[in-house]
Amino acid sequence: MRERHASQEARRARDFEAFVAGAAGRLLHAATLLTAETPDDNPRARRLLTLALAETYASWDRLRGDDPYDRTRQQVATRFAREAWHRHGTFGRQRRDRGGVLAGLSPRERLMLVLRLYEGVTEEQTGALLGLSTERVRAICTRAVATLLHPPPRPAPAVPVAKVAPS
Amino acid sequence: MNLREREAAVRRMLERTPPPVPPDLYPEVLRRGTRILRRRTAARRLLWLTLLAAALAFAIWASLTRPWAELPSTTTPPINGW
Repeated sequence: MRERHASQEARRARDFEAFVAGAAGRLLHAATLLTAETPDDNPRARRLLTLALAETYASWDRLRGDDPYDRTRQQVATRFAREAWHRHGTFGRQRRDRGGVLAGLSPRERLMLVLRLYEGVTEEQTGALLGLSTERVRAICTRAVATLLHPPPRPAPAVPVAKVAPS
Repeated sequence: MNLREREAAVRRMLERTPPPVPPDLYPEVLRRGTRILRRRTAARRLLWLTLLAAALAFAIWASLTRPWAELPSTTTPPINGW
């Protein structure tokens, strides 16, 4: 009995390690796109992924045929959404300039783009995951794509008022 | 550009420069995952223990007070109309 338990444990550890080895690269890339960090310096993305994977590990025996990759991606997405909500108060508008390709987009636009285009999740599933209608998802995505391809001109840096030459 | 081309262009932008996976990711995941599991096990155990204690307390109280045993009535109903 104990031996069987131990061998089950070992197999579970092996399976999980294989899963992480296969999925971590892509998931970390997705998380880094979400947090708009540069690929070399992405502490938030690493933390996000570590927590999501830990959750997957804890529920590994109860997946019941669910895809662990889907589960982890879902964890990453919902954690990111919650974190963005707590951080900014709103999940919508905030634009912050950081590194990465998606730096010019709001957290929500980044989440939509990454789920829809990078991960290829359908509009319906994206909407269901975040509690938005399909039309809304499509609208946000279209706008985000437009912003990304034709970035609006950066607001001109505040020009120091020219000193009035003493007459 | 139509929508499909634009989406393909964005997809290509997203695929660029994947970040390297840090080597300490897996041990850290394992550590945190094990901790979550341990906490869940502890919580479940606590719940069962509480339930068991409650059931035991009820059984003891019931066997002592016997709330189902009806006391013999000390009053007689009034009889009239004889």
